Amino acid sequence: MEKFLFRFRKNPELYIGAAISAVMMLIIIAGVLFSPYDPDSMDAASKFASPSLKHLLGCDNFGRDLFSRLTLGGATTLLIAFFTVLIGITVGTLVGAFTGYYGGAVDEVLMRFNDAVLAFPSILLALVFISVFGSGTWKVIISLGIVFVPSFARIVRSEFMRCKNLDYVRSARLMGAKDIRIMFVHIFPNTVPVVLSSAVIGFNNAVLAEAGMSFLGIGVQPPASSLGRMLSDAQAFLFSEPGYAVFTGVTIALMVLGFSLLGDGLKKNA
Amino acid sequence: MKTAVRKAAAFIITVLLVTLFVFIAFELIPGDAATAKLGTSATPEAYEALREELGLTRPFFVRYFSWLFSFFFGDMGTSYSYGVSVRSMLASKLPITLTLTLMSFVMIIILSIPIGVLSSKYEDRAGAKALDVLGQLTMSVPPFFLGILITYFFGMVLRLFTPGGFVSYDVNPVRFAAYLFFPSLAIALPKAAMSIKLLKTSILSERKLDYVRTAYSRGNSSMDVMYKHVLKNAIIPVITFLGMTLADIVAGSLVIEQVFSIPGYGRLLITSISNRDYPVVQAIIAIIAMLVIIINLIVDVLYQVMDPRLRGN
Amino acid sequence: MSMKRIMAMASAAIILSVALTGCSGDKKDASSSIVVGIPQDLEDSLDPHEAVAAGTKEILFNIYEGLLKPDETGNLNPAVAEDYSVSEDGLTYSFTIRDGITFQNGKKVTPEDVKYSIEKSAGMMGSPSLIPAFSNISEVVIRDDRTVDIVLASPDIDFPAYIASIPASIIPAESANDASKLCGTGPYKFVSRSPQENIILKKYDGYWGTPANIENITLKIIPNADSIVMNLNGGAVDMFARLTATQTQQLSDKFNVLEGEMNLVQAVYLNHAVKPFDNVDVCRALSYAVDVDNILELTSDGKGYPVGSSMFPAFKKYYVDLSDTYPTDREKAKELLASAGYPDGFSFSITVPSNYQPHVEAAQVVSQQLKEIGVNAEIKLVEWNTWLSDVYAGRNYEATLIGVDASSLTATAMLDRFVSDADNNFTNYSNAEYDELFKSLYQAPTEESRIEIYKELQKNLADNAANIYIQDMTEFVALSDKYEGYVYYPMYVQDFAKLKIKEQ
Repeated sequence: MEKFLFRFRKNPELYIGAAISAVMMLIIIAGVLFSPYDPDSMDAASKFASPSLKHLLGCDNFGRDLFSRLTLGGATTLLIAFFTVLIGITVGTLVGAFTGYYGGAVDEVLMRFNDAVLAFPSILLALVFISVFGSGTWKVIISLGIVFVPSFARIVRSEFMRCKNLDYVRSARLMGAKDIRIMFVHIFPNTVPVVLSSAVIGFNNAVLAEAGMSFLGIGVQPPASSLGRMLSDAQAFLFSEPGYAVFTGVTIALMVLGFSLLGDGLKKNA
Repeated sequence: MKTAVRKAAAFIITVLLVTLFVFIAFELIPGDAATAKLGTSATPEAYEALREELGLTRPFFVRYFSWLFSFFFGDMGTSYSYGVSVRSMLASKLPITLTLTLMSFVMIIILSIPIGVLSSKYEDRAGAKALDVLGQLTMSVPPFFLGILITYFFGMVLRLFTPGGFVSYDVNPVRFAAYLFFPSLAIALPKAAMSIKLLKTSILSERKLDYVRTAYSRGNSSMDVMYKHVLKNAIIPVITFLGMTLADIVAGSLVIEQVFSIPGYGRLLITSISNRDYPVVQAIIAIIAMLVIIINLIVDVLYQVMDPRLRGN
Repeated sequence: MSMKRIMAMASAAIILSVALTGCSGDKKDASSSIVVGIPQDLEDSLDPHEAVAAGTKEILFNIYEGLLKPDETGNLNPAVAEDYSVSEDGLTYSFTIRDGITFQNGKKVTPEDVKYSIEKSAGMMGSPSLIPAFSNISEVVIRDDRTVDIVLASPDIDFPAYIASIPASIIPAESANDASKLCGTGPYKFVSRSPQENIILKKYDGYWGTPANIENITLKIIPNADSIVMNLNGGAVDMFARLTATQTQQLSDKFNVLEGEMNLVQAVYLNHAVKPFDNVDVCRALSYAVDVDNILELTSDGKGYPVGSSMFPAFKKYYVDLSDTYPTDREKAKELLASAGYPDGFSFSITVPSNYQPHVEAAQVVSQQLKEIGVNAEIKLVEWNTWLSDVYAGRNYEATLIGVDASSLTATAMLDRFVSDADNNFTNYSNAEYDELFKSLYQAPTEESRIEIYKELQKNLADNAANIYIQDMTEFVALSDKYEGYVYYPMYVQDFAKLKIKEQ
């Protein structure tokens, strides 16, 4: 116990962040699995019902159980953020590794593309994507993923540039190791801590970006819901039914807060 | 000299790529300026006639290069929706976007440097901890919702400004600037919170370094050490962040302009996209892209100037 | 930089900002101006012969006038023309220009102006026409210095309604080569615009008719629906039309909320060229499954006017109430589906333009209701321009939820789009009986017999469940209690000239 308290004092962010994130995840999973309500089922009689034992957080404008919808929306948001970051990291690492390791022409060409995507307003990119490929959760993920690639690529690239001239890499090269092997067996593991902490930040950025897309009307499609979509729906009722917006806003804030504390804590530990 | 040429070449190539992306995007999106202009009264003949009139029937590369050629000579074309020259339209909106961007940037600096320094100095006091939490919360709320909360609190409860009461700079510059204060605040708060956090972490880790301890042991007062040594080094990562932020603000103002009903570049961009008014979209994006790249270049240079370790390279 | 200097700068900034915000509180002079919020800029065109968006035309209504002009009861009154007569054969319309009527630039309206305007709007000057029925005009003749004859190729009883529509407005002939000379004869004249910001109108003092009451009108563009309530309550905007029930509930008591009809038909329009909507039983089953009252309750607190065919109640003369054709009966719906060969239901997508929140909400309820009979309706939100090109022009969709309005004050405008070979038949409705009926309109000897045919046409659409009809939506208008005089029209217009400042 004392040992725990000591560790807690040394790095409270890690523990508080982990606790918030874990509780949020548990509630979301439990809610999705065991919810007594169909999150899509509408009931005119319980339109904007107040919180009660029957409806823990009350109901929305269609009389849908808010708690069930928040857990479902939370799950969608987690899914979007997770896969967005995954795409960003995977493609970003590949691009960053090749450009950072080889440099030269490959680097020039890919980095120009990278800069162009970075300078391209993400909203237009998302809009184009949604217009061409249609809308839906997976399209939101892919379009956000593309937006996230360049920043990861830059981070990984600078790590690779730093590492490629270090002694252990040189000796591996002298021993005849292939480039691919050097890149992914020798250098890559060393970039993981840096990539991981930017992944956590990226995760939060994805949650907030998805909310922004929903606000501009290009997020996930109803009746599917995400927290961002719900918040932008809820603000239409801000003055008459503030509960809807408040509960949704608090859910997003807690989720982001939990992860950003966790990220800070991880960084401190690293 | 060689680096300068290389940077210039990279700059031009990136801008070219961005404009090409926009053109390709507009090829892919369903609908064009003619469908937008004709709406539900489009008959096939009228549609074809209008496409011809707008020059949309020309092949892709002809359109792209003729646009590029005129843009190079400062001619941004004519807006399909408004029938006026894109250049004059963008010029008349420039003060709005510029004021919004600069105002929020100044706010970020004014808020983050003193607060960052103070809260690292008094890191164990309750006030600093409370600021930390407040900062974390500001960063955890989607920007558009923060904008709505600010409108609600300062506009509806405290009545410090009239929501939607935007006044153009040529009508009344004072009221124009006054209206932009709260939208700028909405853009600045999350960024300021981020930069406070960054500055604080950076100062704290800098203070642990040997040279600082040496300075203290020599009997320098703590304020002296703070300014002569710590801040000078601790501010480097913050400058990188601020550079990125300046570029970010331009994109972030898109949403805030929508929330506060401000007719700046962001609003113009969104409506022009949905009207397929690509001369306008093309010009705005090219300008934003150039700004972003130039800001990045400036940050690079600043970085080299400020960080002695990099000067050798 | 010393700490003191930083603090001094920070406090200076705070003081400055307080001082700045202090000035924004001054009240604007409401004596003879009004700020009207509109949801989108007039992006299509300010030329009445080119404007197509309903939101643009409803504003241009205050600036431009045709030879005739509709009033709030739907009657067509003389405007630029003082009087007109029709020849025996119904082919020649002879308009007498109003004595002394002037354009907003002060110049007299001449027969040349009228000839130019009509020929331009009929597409005889090269640019495409927005009134397809004007292809029927064979010539426009100036008879004397006050009379213009319009000669038709075949008689058309709806002709006066087209003449009264915005795309047939009278504009100066000299504007042909100089767009800056463009002006109208209406009660308000155009002053200036700032893209995405505002449009400013001013009363035209030389107006021939009842003059407008309010001197200056600022049309403020507020595209973000969620800002509207705050802009109204905060006092930046005095009037906003076409609000949702939700928005009106959040308004302060400084506003009067008026209720009227939107004059459109909101429905799930079905693409009959796509399976299974080529099967009448399937369409009927869907109509039985959809509970309109429940939609109204969930989306607009029960406000709205259920309709059962493609006509809205304000067209009193022609309207027949068919809203009870398919009372909600999910058992019957399932039976019909089974007999049509879909005992386990089917899946389809409803395309909805994402910028119309009421349609998006209605689509969610419809989709939920259809689940009850095992039909899975997926909602596809698209941008307006994508809707125009894919759904409306391309007819590449399965179903779409939208409101369809009348482009002119005629029953034909609501019904002609269901004729199999019509250009605007975006639902691909194809019914031989309907086509026959519609053709017989042109042989109908009297107004009464025409009205009978219009009613038959509506019944045909209802019986064949051409679309899943929902409602004519309630149009809520918020008007600051400082003003009065808002008038509803049986068409999509805003009449600013009748607004006035309330006597205290």
